[in-house]
Parts: sequence; structure tokens; C-alpha cells
Amino acid sequence: MTGKPTLAWGFLFGVVFGFLLQKGGVTRYDVIIGQLLLQNFAVLKIMLSAVVTGMIGIHLMKSLGWISLNPKSGSWGKNVIGGLIFGLGFALLGYCPGTIAGAIGNGYLDAAVGGLAGILLGSGLFAAAYPRLKDGILQKGYFGNLTLPGLFKVNEWVVIPPLSVIIVAVLYLIERAGL
Amino acid sequence: MNWLTEVQWSPYAVGIGIGVLSWFTWLISQKPLGCSTSFARTAGMIEKLFRGQKVETKPYYQEVKPVVDWQWMLVLGMILGALISSLLSGDFTWQWIPAQWAAAFGTNVPMRLAVALMGGILLGFGARWAGGCTSGHGIGGTMQLAVSSWISAICFFIGGIIMAQLIFYVFA
Repeated sequence: MTGKPTLAWGFLFGVVFGFLLQKGGVTRYDVIIGQLLLQNFAVLKIMLSAVVTGMIGIHLMKSLGWISLNPKSGSWGKNVIGGLIFGLGFALLGYCPGTIAGAIGNGYLDAAVGGLAGILLGSGLFAAAYPRLKDGILQKGYFGNLTLPGLFKVNEWVVIPPLSVIIVAVLYLIERAGL
Repeated sequence: MNWLTEVQWSPYAVGIGIGVLSWFTWLISQKPLGCSTSFARTAGMIEKLFRGQKVETKPYYQEVKPVVDWQWMLVLGMILGALISSLLSGDFTWQWIPAQWAAAFGTNVPMRLAVALMGGILLGFGARWAGGCTSGHGIGGTMQLAVSSWISAICFFIGGIIMAQLIFYVFA
């Protein structure tokens, strides 16, 4: 049931992904900033409903032996510091690396000119800094490709139902608060 | 087919759609959704134009090769997908300054571009540091229940919320 990551499929999936992001409104600066100002929760609603739907499906396919997953390894130094730097840029730019592709397709020129150049420059700067970071800060508090079931030492199907309930409850509370 | 020409769908329809899409990226391509690595590959390709083959010997580009791969095509496809969606709904516009930015800081284009450039640099640098972005960690990684992705996604929003408050309530 598994295939090679062919380029044509990547492109096709990208068209669907970009279409959905645009329909969700998250290719817009105002929607991203609305989320970060905690005024409009569209970004979180989209992300959390994608995570619940995806999580159940891909773990079902994993349990059936159709696919094998590939969780990213990490460390405190890598994910906390990198995540916070990313977050600062996220609010300054108002797009993320995925939605900026959609924003360009939407005709947004601050994304296409300033934002895209910045992301490429930032990525290049990281490549230059990498030799000095990789054996130091990026390894601080290394935990490998740990998953939540691995952390709690339980089967993944012990984690998935309660996590799904928590996510749906959070979405319900967001709706009830009128956000 | 009215739904194709609607400007905006329910966020839940979009989220479930992205979740279902990720079933197929795994099943057909053995890949999670993700975007930011492609920008690093592109940065490497651009660097190669100026500095030649030796760029490939850089330790980072040994791990993340400056080539077109599955995810790179995904990001390219996203531009087209958003273009199709916005043309169908009439939402496509050439726009330099987003409305909420204009309301706080006015319509000075170079100023908006300078801040977008600065934000982009932090975003690109931070995504490479964390090993993923709002797609790769925030959606593709969290659904795999990866601890690295949950920590990253939470930190994306902590950093983002802090900076957004500073921009709109302190600087504005």
C-alpha cells in the first residue's frame, strides 16, 4: 500500500493544501495576526481539527501495517529556542512558511517580496551558523524521536482517544466563548 | 458547485480536509505535510548560483540537499492551489499592505516590507533551528504525537502571541 514520494504527487497534494488554506482564510495576514492577538481563533480551529482527523487516520493505517510513521527527533534547546524565534518572526511577518506560499498565490505582495526574501535569507543564515550550533545548543536536553505514547510508556491507542476528547473540548470552549 | 466559489469555508471543514489530505500524503507518498525545509533547499540553490558547487560541502546542505524534492513540489503546488481558490471566489487581489497593518501603521510600503523581511529572517532561521514550521511540526508532527512537534508548536504560539502584543499594543 505504500509508494515512493514522487514529485507529481507532491505537487498535486500541494494544490489541494494551498486551496484549503486559502478557503480557510489563513493565507491572510489579518487572520494570522487575529489569532496571535487572541481575537480570532480560525488558525487554531483549522490546526486542531486537522490534527484530530489526521492523527486518528494515520495511526489506524499504522496499526493496520499500511504505513510507518517518522516522528521528528528533538531537544529542549532545539524546539524551545527555535520555536520561540519562529514565533517572533511569525508575528512580524504575519505568514508562516506554508501560508506564505498560499499568500503569494492570493496576490499578497508583502509576502512575495519582503517575506519570501526574508525566509530564504534566514534559512541561509542558519545553514551558515549550523556548524557552531549542531553539537552545542541543538543537543541540549536531547530526547530523540520520542512520542507522547513513548513518554507515558503506553500504547498509542491509550493516548489518542483522550487527546481527541481534549482537543474537541478545547474547540467547544473556543466556540462557546464566541472566539 | 457553489462551495468552490465561496470566499470562506468553515474552519472545521478546512481542518478536516487537511487531516484527510494527510492520510493520502502518508499512504501514497510516505510523507507528512511540511513546508519550511523547502525554503532551506531553495536558499542552498540560490547560494550555489553565486558560489558554485562548494556550497554543497557545507554541513547543513549535506543534510538538507539543495535539490527539488517531494516537499518542494508541495510548496510550489500550494501557490497554484491558493491562486485557483482565490480566482474562483473573486478573492484574488494584488495587495502590498494588509488591512490590519494599515489600520495600525498606515500605508507606507517600504516600512511594511522591511518588517516583513525582518519577520521572514526570524521565521526562516527559527524554522531551521526548531526543525520544522507550523505545518511540519504544527500539523504533520503533532498528529504523529511527536514530543518535539508539540513543544515546538506551543513555542511558536508563545513567541507569536508575545510579539503580536508588542507590535499592536506597545509599538503601534
